[in-house]
Amino acid sequence: MKIARSPLLDDRLPIWRARLVLGLLLAGSLALVGRALWLQGVQRDFLIGKGEARYERVLEIHATRGRILDRNGEALAVSTPVRSVWAIPEDARLSPAQLRRLAALLEADPRELARRLASERNFVFLKRRIAPDVARRVADLKLPGIHFQDEHRRYYPSGEVAAHLLGFTGAEDVGQEGIELALEDHLAGKSGARRVIKDRRGQVVEDVEAVRVPREGRDVVLALDSRLQFLAYSRLRQAVEAHQARAGGIVVLDARTGEVLALANLPTFNPNNRSRLSGAQLRNRAFTDAFEPGSTFKPFVVAQGIERGRVGFDTPIQTAPGRLTIGAATISDAHPHGLLSVAQVIQKSSNVGTAKIALDLSAEDLWSLFDRLGFGQPLKLGFPGEAGGRLRPWQRWRPIEQATMSYGHGISVTLIQLARAYLAFARDGDLIPLSLTRVDAPPAAGARIYSTQTARALRVMLEMAVQPGGTAPLAQVPGYRVAGKTGTANKLEGGVYTDKYVSSFVGFAPASEPRLLIAVMIDEPSAGQFYGGAVAAPVFAAVMGSALRALGVPPDDALRPLQLADVAPAREEM
Amino acid sequence: MGVRLAFALLVAVLVSALAVVSSNHGARKLVGALEREQERARALEVEWGQLQLEQSTWAAHARVEQIARSQLGMHPPRADRILGPAQ
Repeated sequence: MKIARSPLLDDRLPIWRARLVLGLLLAGSLALVGRALWLQGVQRDFLIGKGEARYERVLEIHATRGRILDRNGEALAVSTPVRSVWAIPEDARLSPAQLRRLAALLEADPRELARRLASERNFVFLKRRIAPDVARRVADLKLPGIHFQDEHRRYYPSGEVAAHLLGFTGAEDVGQEGIELALEDHLAGKSGARRVIKDRRGQVVEDVEAVRVPREGRDVVLALDSRLQFLAYSRLRQAVEAHQARAGGIVVLDARTGEVLALANLPTFNPNNRSRLSGAQLRNRAFTDAFEPGSTFKPFVVAQGIERGRVGFDTPIQTAPGRLTIGAATISDAHPHGLLSVAQVIQKSSNVGTAKIALDLSAEDLWSLFDRLGFGQPLKLGFPGEAGGRLRPWQRWRPIEQATMSYGHGISVTLIQLARAYLAFARDGDLIPLSLTRVDAPPAAGARIYSTQTARALRVMLEMAVQPGGTAPLAQVPGYRVAGKTGTANKLEGGVYTDKYVSSFVGFAPASEPRLLIAVMIDEPSAGQFYGGAVAAPVFAAVMGSALRALGVPPDDALRPLQLADVAPAREEM
Repeated sequence: MGVRLAFALLVAVLVSALAVVSSNHGARKLVGALEREQERARALEVEWGQLQLEQSTWAAHARVEQIARSQLGMHPPRADRILGPAQ
């Protein structure tokens, strides 16, 4: 068969038509190449960015705030995730039944919830910081317009017992008081971020890079011993309640390392529930309130007299007739004593005797002593509002002031300063810095204040003060030799001494090899008794006895039943 | 000869391409698994913190003392009831 001839093929088409098509095709591919070059060359970065934005996500990595632990690893402050429930009122159109169920889960008043949901704003918190399992139950209701936000909340299992020392954190988990503020840099974590690739189901399929490496908050191990802390807190509280006092404070130090083993103040607060707080509750008195220490100050002056060779342990001092006139002013003992040895001046707490020793020393020497003992300047442990107390420059001291200062009037100190200064007696004459965190290696000898002999002589005198004939037999602890000094100071209000008192006691045990040092301060006891030996000393004895037993410190004294009933405490000077 | 070599290379390229796909898939699955494990680790960490809190709350000294005194009738020994090592 012959292929039919097509008349079309016989036609010779003009050559320009073929050229035109070829030209168009060429132009088309040129355009494509140009476009490709444009996209891949010039706009490359922009397009890559756009692409990544479709599948890449930057995820926040939350860093948890470090825990605060006591010296034995018990948790004192822990951050744990909680969720906050918030709503977009416009979207949250709830039926009354839904509203009731939501209110029941959130433990909120349905009317209050309805009022919030009627708000004009486009973001309202319904309830902040609820437990994750409650949040899950709320989420299961599948209500419209209700959303969740992850937050962290800090819990303090010991509650009010260690509230002042630990402090607390604010809304964003940033330290506001106490250790939380003092060690903020250490505790705070730095949240990070990482870039990942997610698939269409929202699952991470590739880790691209860490945008910011997160830094977890580090744990802080305190020097605090929570057993001792509870002992100190509960005994202080009993005393403050029994004596109807306005406030109180107690500090327990390890005499060998300078660690703060316990520190409590009253009134206190519950850091887990801070809805109604007064300034009085928040005040960390041991650090921020300076008071006139009264007789607890005497040992420093007497020790300096011995150190300078002005007096010895047995040097007789005439305190009769119980008054001493300096210029226009007269200082007196509440109870005249007659001729006393220097040791008895401490034991009986004679103002006249101490003033006589003080007047034998130069003002500059005394000022320098007080300064080296750390009075007049804050301890700088990082606590907010640490007070330094009042120590006036020696150039402006008048003799009467030098005399009253020797028995703790006209000078003010904080409880923690006073406790630390007594370390000089408990430690053979040297003074070491205090530490709020656990110290694993005992520090080398600190700054020397007194010679070893002087410190030991004072220890004997301070032991006499708690024995029958002294001012504080109630400070005795069965099985241990105790040394310490009472203080009872009239309070200064508006420049005038009132008949309100601050009762205090500072002491340490075992006296043969001091291990613990405790300072107690009770502000305005008003149930009749106000002498330091009657109000503060029993707190000291109760805490010291239990603490020494809890720490397993071997007794250094024969155990014998205490006989206090027939021995009346010696009257004490103020 | 030339055709055979080209065919062999084509097969090799195909196998390699499929291997890349499969290993990529494997890698993604592993990343997913790692992600889940890390999530679990975080959850366990959180639970640990909560358990520590719970333990501290139950073992709070105030609570222990209160139970010892009221339910168990315990009290600190009197001074004359304490024995110590001979001095």
